Amino acid sequence: MSNSEEFISQLADKHGRRRESLMPILQEVVDEYYFLNEERMVNIAKELDISTAEVYGTASFYSFLSTEEQGKHVIRVCQTIICDMKRKEDIIEAITELIGIKPGETTHDGKFSLEYTNCLGWCHEGPAMLINDEPYTKLTPEKVKDILVSYMKK
Amino acid sequence: MATQLKRTDLVFKEDMDCNALMHKVMKMGKDEFINQMMDSGLKGRGGAGFPTGLKWKIVKDSPEAVKYVVCNADEGEPGTFKDKEILDKACEKVIWGMALAAYIVGAKEGYIYLRGEYKYLSTKLKIAIDKMEQQIKALGINFTLDLVYGSGAYVCGEETSLLQSMEGRRGEPTNKPPYPGDIGYLGKPTIVNNVETFVNAMIIAEIGAQEYKKLGTKASQGSKLFSVSGDCCKEGVFELEMGMTVQQFVDEFGDGDTKAVQVGGASGFCVPRKEFAKTIIGFEGVPTGGSMKVFNSSRSMYNILENYLIFFEEESCGQCTPCRVGTQQLLKGVQAVKRKEKPKTYLDDLLRLAYTMKYASKCGLGRSVGNAFRSIIENFREEIVY
Ligand SMILES: Cc1cc2nc3c(=O)[nH]c(=O)nc-3n(C[C@H](O)[C@H](O)[C@H](O)COP(=O)(O)O)c2cc1C
Ligand code: SF4
Repeated sequence: MSNSEEFISQLADKHGRRRESLMPILQEVVDEYYFLNEERMVNIAKELDISTAEVYGTASFYSFLSTEEQGKHVIRVCQTIICDMKRKEDIIEAITELIGIKPGETTHDGKFSLEYTNCLGWCHEGPAMLINDEPYTKLTPEKVKDILVSYMKK
Repeated sequence: MATQLKRTDLVFKEDMDCNALMHKVMKMGKDEFINQMMDSGLKGRGGAGFPTGLKWKIVKDSPEAVKYVVCNADEGEPGTFKDKEILDKACEKVIWGMALAAYIVGAKEGYIYLRGEYKYLSTKLKIAIDKMEQQIKALGINFTLDLVYGSGAYVCGEETSLLQSMEGRRGEPTNKPPYPGDIGYLGKPTIVNNVETFVNAMIIAEIGAQEYKKLGTKASQGSKLFSVSGDCCKEGVFELEMGMTVQQFVDEFGDGDTKAVQVGGASGFCVPRKEFAKTIIGFEGVPTGGSMKVFNSSRSMYNILENYLIFFEEESCGQCTPCRVGTQQLLKGVQAVKRKEKPKTYLDDLLRLAYTMKYASKCGLGRSVGNAFRSIIENFREEIVY
C-alpha cells in the first residue's frame, strides 16, 4: 500500500489543520484506503499537531472509521428490528454463500467486508443494506447476488 | 374499515417560494418573526420537544459576535426515516429554514450534520446549498452553509455529542447546562435543530402563527411527519396532525391484527392493544420524533425487546457507568431469564436497574432505555419469561 503522507498533507490543505478538521480528514482517508492503520494515524497527528492517541481516540469511537483491516467494499446489513422481521438473516446467508465471509470478516483478496449495522433509515423498504455509501433496499437473496456480482467487477 | 385521519400536506407541498418568504420575514422584522415562532407553539421535531421560538430567542439575545446554526440530520432512532425523505424531496426548505434562523439570530455560518448512512444525498444537497448561497447574497445576507458527516454513531444525534463530533472529538455527550444555545460549537452560541423543525419555521413564515396553530392540539401544535413501518397495510412517511389516538393510527395503518405499537423508536414507549384507545400521540401522551413501528400478534415481544437492548448496548458511548453497565446487564438479564438461568422475579431487579439508569445516566440515551424496557416487560411479561 502506498505511503499516505502526501495524501494526508493534501487533505489538511483542503480541510485545515484545526481540531475541527479531524473528522473530514479521517473520513476521506477511510474513503481512499478503506481503513486507518498506525502509519496513517501518525501522519494525521503530525499534520494537525496533536498526539496520535487523540487521533486514535476519535477514530475508534466511530463504527464507520475502522482501525482494523477492512475490504474495499464494506457491506453493512441493517440488523434493527424491522429489517430483522423482514428476514435480514436470509440476506446475510446469501452474501455468505456468495463471497464466503460471515459478519465481522473480510475476504482474503481484501475486496469485501461484511458487517451488521444499526437502523439505516430504510425500515419501510427493508431488508436494507449499505455498500460503501450506496443504500440497497427491498432486498431478496436473488437481488443481493446480482448486486454483489456487479461489485466483483469493480 | 379505516377511519380517515386528518392528513396535512405542508412539508412536501411543492410551491413554496423560499426566497420570497425570506424577503417577507426581512420586511416583518426579526422581533416580530420570533414572536410568530413563539406564538405558533412549535416544538422541536427531533424528539425532545423544546420550544423552537424560545431556543432562537436565547441565541438571538446573546451578545456574542460569532454564532452558529446547525441542522441535526443524524436521524438514527430505529424506525425513523422522515428526515431522509425531507432531505431527498424538499431539502430547499431545510436549507432556507437554516438561513432564516441565521438571519434572525445573526449567525454567518451553518452546518448540516448528515449521518454517514445518508451520504448518498450529498450531491443533491450541495447543489441546493450553492443555489441558496447565491440567492441569499443577493438579499444582502452573509451566510455560508457546509455539509459535515457523521460516521455511524447513534449517540451523535444527541446535540452535545453532535457538537463534540463536529469539533473532531469522540461523540461523548457533555453535561447540560451549558446548553448549545449558550455554549455550543467552538464555544459559541449555537442553534441545533432537527431537519423537520427548520421546515416548520418556513411553514410558519408562509402561513403565519395563527393558521399554524389551527393544526394539532394545544400541547402539540402543527402537523408532524410520521415514519410508519412494520406489520402495516401501508408503510412510509405520512404527514398527520398530532393529537390522534393510537387506535386511530392503527385503524389507518395496521394490518387488522395489531398487537402493539412502538411509538418514538427504541427510546420510546411500547403501547399494547388494550391501551390504544386512551393513548394520545403527542407531547400530552406518548411523544415521538416520528417513529411508529407496528407489530402484529405473530411477533415475539421478547425478540423485539432483545433487539432494542442489543441496539442500546452497542450504541451507548460508554462514558458513564449506569448506561454502559446498565445496558449490558439488561441485555444479559433478559437473556438469562429467557434461558431459565434466572427466576422470573429477576425481571423486577432489572426494572429497578432501568429506573436507576433513568435518573443516574448522563444523557438522554441512558435515560430513555427504560422506556421501552418497562413498557414491554410490564405489558408482555409472559412473552419475556416463556
Ligand atoms: C441518544 C439521542 C439521540 C438523538 N438523535 C437525534 C437525531 O437523530 N436527530 C435529532 O434531530 N435529534 C436527536 N436527538 C435530540 C437532540 O439532542 C436535540 O434535542 C435536537 O436535535 C434539538 O432539535 P429540535 O428542538 O429541533 O428537535 C437525540 C437525542 C438523544 C438523547
Ligand atoms: S447515558 Fe450512555 S450514551 Fe449517554 S453519556 Fe452516559 S454512557 Fe454515554
